[in-house]
Amino acid sequence: MIQFTDVVKSYEQGNVALNGVTMQIEDGEFCFLVGPSGSGKSTIIKLITGELKPTSGTVHVNGYSLERIRKREIPYLRRTVGVVFQDFRLIDKMTVYENVAFAMRVVGAKEKEIRERVPYVLELVGLEGKMGRHPREMSGGEQQRLAIARALVNNPSTIIADEPTGNLDPERSFEIMALLQEINNLGTTVLVVTHAQDLVELFHKRVIAIDDGLVVKDEGEEETNDEAE
Amino acid sequence: MKLNNLGYLLKEGFRGIFLHGFMSFAAVCVTVACLVIVGSFSALAYNLDLMVEDLNQTSEILVYIDSDLSDAEARSIGTKINLLDNVLQSTFVSREEALEDFVADHDNDSAFSGVQASDLRHRYVVSLEDNTKMKQTDEQLKQLPGVVKTSAAYELAEGFSTIQDVLHIVSFALIAVLLVISLLIISNTVKLAMYDRKDEIAIMKMVGATNGFIRLPFIVEGFTLGMIGAVLAFGIEWAGYDALVQRVAEVDALQLFSFVDFQELLIPMVAVFGAAGMFVGIVGSWTSIRKFMDV
Repeated sequence: MIQFTDVVKSYEQGNVALNGVTMQIEDGEFCFLVGPSGSGKSTIIKLITGELKPTSGTVHVNGYSLERIRKREIPYLRRTVGVVFQDFRLIDKMTVYENVAFAMRVVGAKEKEIRERVPYVLELVGLEGKMGRHPREMSGGEQQRLAIARALVNNPSTIIADEPTGNLDPERSFEIMALLQEINNLGTTVLVVTHAQDLVELFHKRVIAIDDGLVVKDEGEEETNDEAE
Repeated sequence: MKLNNLGYLLKEGFRGIFLHGFMSFAAVCVTVACLVIVGSFSALAYNLDLMVEDLNQTSEILVYIDSDLSDAEARSIGTKINLLDNVLQSTFVSREEALEDFVADHDNDSAFSGVQASDLRHRYVVSLEDNTKMKQTDEQLKQLPGVVKTSAAYELAEGFSTIQDVLHIVSFALIAVLLVISLLIISNTVKLAMYDRKDEIAIMKMVGATNGFIRLPFIVEGFTLGMIGAVLAFGIEWAGYDALVQRVAEVDALQLFSFVDFQELLIPMVAVFGAAGMFVGIVGSWTSIRKFMDV
């Protein structure tokens, strides 16, 4: 679960990025986070992944209280949150298999587990035949699938996708969103940060709109809560 | 960090050396260059120190014996001289030998043909263990019964001591400065290598790697590169030193310069190069990576 309560985040230069954000995303939810550039979306992601601490208010993510988290606990928080970026952030010198296996090694998985889990996840994202390739030999859509596989491989309870379709054509964008929905159907919480209004409308999910550091709209919250109940 | 990761992390450290070939090559080259410069200067300073020490040892005190004493009495004073604390060695020079030396020193000039051995005194040539205490020893020699006069070149001995002191200070200062410069250059080279891999580090942090997990391969890599640099530098130093000594011996017909064998420097060189390589590799990696860990 992700819970923000009256969160304020101001930077050293005096910029106030978040000005009292309160929101809650339940386990297993699929949610869009939308807003113009500079509205505070990136700050929310950085707060969720422990890159930043709130100036005031409380942030709870998958059992961790981010306002008082210790530095050495942050890696363990990040293992519960898989992040997918617009620019994929893959390691070019590693193969597809290695890019995913690497994320498992980081958490101390045994080689046997890695050999079993990586092909399963690559199959889930439709890259089962491309394990030996390098990221640069793949299309943008395939690279984003690989990034999703890496985010997914350690079985995190939450996936955060930051503009996952920003570098893709409409067809590939739809495929990626469908894949994220499929992952959500398996029980993983999915938070998608996007500008793509057409995709938001197409998928009929909860939409949290941020503007000037405040939640200005939270559509579909009641329906989602009703479903949860 | 789990134990089953250790093998992987060590392997990654070694793999990193080849994977980032150019930066590894640059780091090794800088390490070699810095160590060779520091090593060469240290070897040169050590040899110069020994040469000055040798020159200083040539400073002696001449002790003149009372001419009224018999030959046997004069020779017996040698035992008392040798008993003094700072005396390394004393050599008896009889009147006759002194005359031969005197005539030889004046190119058998006929102007001195009238000089007789009896005009001269028996004497001792006394060399000292520590020439900085020449004055005190000279005073002690003057107190001995049968000694009428001494001749000691204090200024020369003090001059050598001053040269040696200056040489020590300058050597230490230059070696310290060279070491600091070397560390800075090497640290910057490692930083460049780290910068090359900042995205990789950021990804590791993002997927939940602990700081220890991220650091270990870099430390292994830094240590290995440092040691490779140290071994290469040591080999170059050895070969270069031997070549230089041989060349100097060929051109220095007067044997003004005497260099010690590299074998004499072997153990300190191995220790210093090994420690410096290890230190530079580990500390360079550790401090450089810190900057990229705050993600």
